Amino acid sequence: MATVLENAWIIPLIPAASFFLILFFGKRLPRKGSELGIAAVGLAFVLALVVNVQWFDHVDDAEHQSESEEHAALVDDGGWFAEAPNTAVAYGPDESAAVAQDEGEGEHGEEAAGTHFEVEPIEKSWTWFQNGGVDIDVGMLLDGPAVMMLFVVTLVSLLVHVYSTDYVAGDRRYTHFFAFLSLFTASMLGLIMAPTTLQLIVSWELVGLCSFVLIGHWWEEKANSDAALKAFITNRVGDVGLIVGVVTLFWAAGGTFDILEINSLALSGGINQTALLVASCCLVAAVMSKSGQFILHTWLPDAMAGPTPVSALIHAATMVVAGIYMVGRMYGVFFQGLNIGTSSVNLLAVVGGVTVLGGAGLAFVQDDIKKVLAYSTVSQLGYMVMALGIGAWTAAFFHLFTHAFFKACLFLGSGSVSHAVHSFDMRKDMGGLRKWMPHTYRTFIIATAALIGIFPFAGFWSKDEILAGASQLGGEGNYTAFMIVGIVGAVMTAAYMTRVIYLTFFGEFRGHGQPHESGPRITVPLWILAVLGVTAGFVNIPSALAPGTVELRFEHFYEPKGAYFPVENFTHPEFSLGIALGATLIGVVGISAAYLWFWRGLGPHGVTQRNRVAHAGYTTLVNKYYFDHLYTDIITGTVKGPVARAVYWVNQNVIDGVVDGAGRLSTALGRFVYDRIDQQVVDGAINSSATAANNSGQVFRQLTSGKVQQYGALLFGAAAVFAGAIILFV
Amino acid sequence: MIAAMVAQNIFFYAIAATMVGAAVVVVTSSNVVRSALALIVVFGGVAAQFVLLAGEFVAVTQVLVYIGAITVLMLFGIMLTRARIGHDPDMTNEHWWVGALTALLLVGVMGYALIDAFGDDALPADRRVVDVNASNTATVSDAVFNQFLIPFEVISVLLLAALVGAIVIARKDR
Amino acid sequence: MLNQFLLLGAVLFCIGVYGVIARKNTVLVLMSIELILNAVNINLLAFGAARGDVTGAVFALFIIAVAAAEVGVGLAMVLIIYRNRASVDLDEVDSMKG
Repeated sequence: MATVLENAWIIPLIPAASFFLILFFGKRLPRKGSELGIAAVGLAFVLALVVNVQWFDHVDDAEHQSESEEHAALVDDGGWFAEAPNTAVAYGPDESAAVAQDEGEGEHGEEAAGTHFEVEPIEKSWTWFQNGGVDIDVGMLLDGPAVMMLFVVTLVSLLVHVYSTDYVAGDRRYTHFFAFLSLFTASMLGLIMAPTTLQLIVSWELVGLCSFVLIGHWWEEKANSDAALKAFITNRVGDVGLIVGVVTLFWAAGGTFDILEINSLALSGGINQTALLVASCCLVAAVMSKSGQFILHTWLPDAMAGPTPVSALIHAATMVVAGIYMVGRMYGVFFQGLNIGTSSVNLLAVVGGVTVLGGAGLAFVQDDIKKVLAYSTVSQLGYMVMALGIGAWTAAFFHLFTHAFFKACLFLGSGSVSHAVHSFDMRKDMGGLRKWMPHTYRTFIIATAALIGIFPFAGFWSKDEILAGASQLGGEGNYTAFMIVGIVGAVMTAAYMTRVIYLTFFGEFRGHGQPHESGPRITVPLWILAVLGVTAGFVNIPSALAPGTVELRFEHFYEPKGAYFPVENFTHPEFSLGIALGATLIGVVGISAAYLWFWRGLGPHGVTQRNRVAHAGYTTLVNKYYFDHLYTDIITGTVKGPVARAVYWVNQNVIDGVVDGAGRLSTALGRFVYDRIDQQVVDGAINSSATAANNSGQVFRQLTSGKVQQYGALLFGAAAVFAGAIILFV
Repeated sequence: MIAAMVAQNIFFYAIAATMVGAAVVVVTSSNVVRSALALIVVFGGVAAQFVLLAGEFVAVTQVLVYIGAITVLMLFGIMLTRARIGHDPDMTNEHWWVGALTALLLVGVMGYALIDAFGDDALPADRRVVDVNASNTATVSDAVFNQFLIPFEVISVLLLAALVGAIVIARKDR
Repeated sequence: MLNQFLLLGAVLFCIGVYGVIARKNTVLVLMSIELILNAVNINLLAFGAARGDVTGAVFALFIIAVAAAEVGVGLAMVLIIYRNRASVDLDEVDSMKG
């Protein structure tokens, strides 16, 4: 029965195959390759659905198995909370279906609240090669978050594929676009299912590559290729952190890349705390670059230079959440390394919090509708990172889930608008479009409400859980500071999104021509996403508001339960009516403020021109807090200029000097050897031996005088000497 | 017997002294003819020594051949080569001391060897050949024609060759 | 007694050697060679007498014969040399000088 579940590793291979097929054959097909892409992603989506269903069965089986072994009377309390906020969660005893590193959990002597059991992830791997005693594996690891992401990625990718057939129709590189959409989908699915940190890195880079290619789709304009390069290079800076973190974990965990093993070791104390802290901080750098957190967020707004479907798929729903997903996968490391469960402030939460406010602030001064949505994405990603930082894992992933849908809807809506007015500038070319584009208008409103967090839309449930977690989780002081950050961010979100709606859909039309509604291939995906934006929140209804069978389904099915996921000091936030009401209220406050400002014209309009402080603040926002200036002019300018010149000087004078010196030395040595040794000694020896032969020959020549008597003398003399010798010695 | 011994010794020494003196004259004289005539004295002395050694036939042959023929040949040679008659200062070459040295060396070596090897030997007082009744000549001829026939024939051929050769060499060119 | 004959022979031999080396005139050199041969003859006969063997005498005869032949040929060569060079000075006969 679970065959699709076990063979889910095929799912990324389908879009990968379609990538190659589209590249080679796309141009000859009647629809230029888009049919291949849609078929492949559609098939992947269907398989993902099947995987999800089978996963639910798998989880239920594990639950029933642990229930049948559980003999103590369990108080069926509804599982979203523990008895008290900081009670440790007790696990079912002797669950043999658990993951191998299963040590030291046992009962904690408290009665279990709700059924808690272990769900074994589906893992399959093959050894690719071995090097230095380490096996490098490829394979798949399916657990809750992976299954959820499978669903999200394939669904949004499918909708974006359909949308693109209309949006980029007639484009100069239509086939190429679809090929890389397929490759991106394949890479993202590979990242989701990576069982080892190495495979994670490979997929991470591949996804970055696809982002680069797709942002620079119209690379003939320099601004687009610059934006693509900026995205890639900024990601590279964060990737340094990723690689350092992965390597640190490899050595600290005793030579393994396996994610399950590393997490289990981290949680059971098998890895040095300092190593965990260092690795966590390095991995936070990777999250900062990939998920657009401050300070490496600068690439995300520029990435809007790419086509809108790309922005929707990659930079809203899927790729940018890769960082969040990585943190969630390696949560054992972060939880232990940063002491998330017991402290009141840590690096992750701070980064997330700063991003929430910074991104929201920048969204106020943008005139380009996609840039507003980009900064909104930055801000919402900050929410997710903050949620992970305070220990609300499920809240973060739930927000990821809902955000994917309504943000994609917003982006696709903005694309539909731009199709009609041929521009993205709200101030100059839009206004009053609700008359001509009803579908776009309605889906945009619904998605905005979801984003702001109005009851009962999706964003309400997920954002509320984050805020509840901020107020309840953590050490002595809790994470209340971050709750305030979240509240302020919610107000700002409401305000700037209302501003966008006003500028785009209300007022007088300021553009040219006659805008008209887009075709069905655009509007149908918009409606699908809008419906999801309404209903997606209901998958995780807190138990206070729902009966036992439908409560907290998201957490039930998708939260990992095993030795590799934190247990100690890990609790789930309770539903708090005060916070829920407060969240809705602040959303209304923000909407009202914007309404009053724009529709009624109240408030200090033009204050930024008159007041110097306000003007300074406004300028800072317009210049994006001068981060771009810092990166481009100061850092790279210094390296390009003085540092490069200094290095060049060293190269020419010091290094070349050494080389030249060595060359001169060997030349001189060679000359010395030639002059002294070769010419004088060696030749001298030869010459003198020749002279000796000559001279001795001259001497002996005198023996041959031609005189007979001399020969006779020699003869007799020699005979005498011989005879004497014989007589004497013989 | 002792008288015979003593007489032999006296004769031997006398003739030996003469011979040596004449030989010295041969090799040192500056007169060519005087050298030739001293050579005759030496030949004669040798013949006398042969008699003392009981080789009468050889002594006579010596006289006949050497003094009779070879000396004449020498004199003919002197004459035909127009050697300067009378005192000729130009007889000894400049490297005579090499010869003296060599000769002295040789005599030293040979003398030592001879004294060392044969110092104790004595010639039998009765130096006669085996057969008492036969004369020396008969004995020699017996030996020549029986034992040494082949060398005798070879010598004959040699003499023939020398004869022919000398004529051929000295013949005037046509 | 034997020794004296042998020593006489040795002395004559060495005088002959001196003469061969030291004399300029070729004829005188030939005479010195005759001296050497005679010394050898004395030796032979001395040993023959000491052994009571006539072989010594026979050999001395042969040597006499050979000496005669040799002198004949030698003088013929001297004549040729004289004819070609108008001199029998041995010092001048050094065309084999190398």
